[in-house]
Amino acid sequence: MTTVAATAATPAPARTAQPARTGAGVAVGVALVVLAATSLFIGVSDVSPWTVLTGGADERALFVLAVSRVPRTLALLLSGASLAISGLIMQMLVRNRFVEPGTTGVSEFATLGMLVTLIWWPGMALVGKMGVAAVFGLAGTWVFLRIIRAVPTRQLVLVPLVGIMLGGIVAAVTTFIAYRRDLLQSLGQWTQGSFAGVMAGRYEFLWVAGAMGVVGWVAADRFSVIGLGEEFATNLGLNYRRVVAAGMVVIAVSTAAVLVTAGVIPFLGLVVPNVVSLIIGDNVRRSIGWVAALGAGFVVACDILARTLRYPYEIPLSVIVGVVGAGLFLWLLLRRGSRAH
Amino acid sequence: MITLHGATKRYGRTTVLDDVSVSFGGEGITALIGPNGAGKSTLLGLVGRLLHPDAGRVDVDGRDVRSTPSAQLAKTLAVLRQDNHIVARLTVQDIVELGRFPHSRGRLTVADREHIDRAIDYLSLDEYRHRFLDELSGGQRQRAFIAMVLAQDTKYVLLDEPLNNLDLRHMTEIMKLVRRMADELGRRVIVVLHDINFAATYADRIVALRDGRIVADAARDQIMRPDVLRAVYDTTVDVREIDGRPVALYYG
Repeated sequence: MTTVAATAATPAPARTAQPARTGAGVAVGVALVVLAATSLFIGVSDVSPWTVLTGGADERALFVLAVSRVPRTLALLLSGASLAISGLIMQMLVRNRFVEPGTTGVSEFATLGMLVTLIWWPGMALVGKMGVAAVFGLAGTWVFLRIIRAVPTRQLVLVPLVGIMLGGIVAAVTTFIAYRRDLLQSLGQWTQGSFAGVMAGRYEFLWVAGAMGVVGWVAADRFSVIGLGEEFATNLGLNYRRVVAAGMVVIAVSTAAVLVTAGVIPFLGLVVPNVVSLIIGDNVRRSIGWVAALGAGFVVACDILARTLRYPYEIPLSVIVGVVGAGLFLWLLLRRGSRAH
Repeated sequence: MITLHGATKRYGRTTVLDDVSVSFGGEGITALIGPNGAGKSTLLGLVGRLLHPDAGRVDVDGRDVRSTPSAQLAKTLAVLRQDNHIVARLTVQDIVELGRFPHSRGRLTVADREHIDRAIDYLSLDEYRHRFLDELSGGQRQRAFIAMVLAQDTKYVLLDEPLNNLDLRHMTEIMKLVRRMADELGRRVIVVLHDINFAATYADRIVALRDGRIVADAARDQIMRPDVLRAVYDTTVDVREIDGRPVALYYG
């Protein structure tokens, strides 16, 4: 073959990607630790790192740290990581980069589930509410996947548009029911995500979302294969339906866990995996750690802003994430627009 | 041996493959030819269990494709469809690694890595190893997909119109590679081709389909005849001998 001779003469490709990536990994890790530490020591109560470390802190400061600050920071980290992973997995299942629970109706279905528990089983334990929300979220994922079978999948923007419309319809139904039942205020609690109410005993379900993230990590290669499409997956001997079903469960449970704890956090599952994809691609095994770390860091950073911008008051986290996320989303759309179609 | 027993596939009321019985596997390269809609891709889809027959059966090495675990079949048989549109941003290395999935199940061993390196080397893709697929030319991308199939290390390789959308040089390049895979690596390749001259040049056996049935199945010289090709394509095809090889002229 003549091409072999021709290509052999060219110099070997630069393989500097690996060390650069390790360096970036260290930077992201350090940033995450700094952000988490900052999150621990921001607030109205005076808790200073120095006094805690030297053992000079009074009992009240330690109490605030244990009951409020640590749970809140853990909740932020878990929510950010699991929502970003959900977005990544959804993008693999749908084979479209602009889907996430918030652009496919999944969040809206889960919110409807929450409202249903509030109307019929108001006394239900939080774990039950989360279960119902997860089941609704699962149903929502299924409905969405059914609908987009009829949509040409190569229409990059059409798929999330259909999802947003579906979400709009479900949200309208939810709002109508809440209005009739005089529950609009409770509804507002979930549609505006905030971690202000997170305390020990009120965030532990997020470990379930964290576990879903671990499932995503363990099955990373399977989700990569699914991202190639059904025919490739079948050729590689993978049970397509089973992996899609597992992915749907990961997405629905993560969404529901964050929803019952904090409420809807928009754009996160969309923006974070897309930024990671731009830099290191869509091999899930390679990207999932980055997606989790950047998702967690992004949410903690936004929450710090939410707590400090109007100190001592708080802005809902979803507002901050919405503003930053929408900006990033627009940038992604316009940036990719030139070669996405 | 791949054997179809009366395989039939219908879409609604249209029968795209009609009671086809045929065996593959004795020859290095078998080319499937025929006009559009003859059922060539459907036949490959049935063998590759991407489609299920409405009647009849497909056996691979004596085992029914439908009842054999898909993960096991993936070590015996690899199929590459035409027009592969991949949305995910994957590098050449990524896609070839995924080709090892039936063996590695996601955990690459030293042996897996050797297969991957060999496949990349075989398709002369080393230079593009860390490039994303969407940054490659059509020919390079097709080579990456073939490297993926090669890394899967299967006895049977089914290629559905691998020359689609390629220019002359890349078409020849791919067919030479396919020939080498059959000769050097002992792969049994079934390939759907539109250009009958490529079939005549590289295939050991040519199977012609029309309207869902096999209308001719023979070695090159029995197929490359004006009367046979006319019966297959329903158009006048002149066959001349150039340098001792039959060449079909159908340009009008």
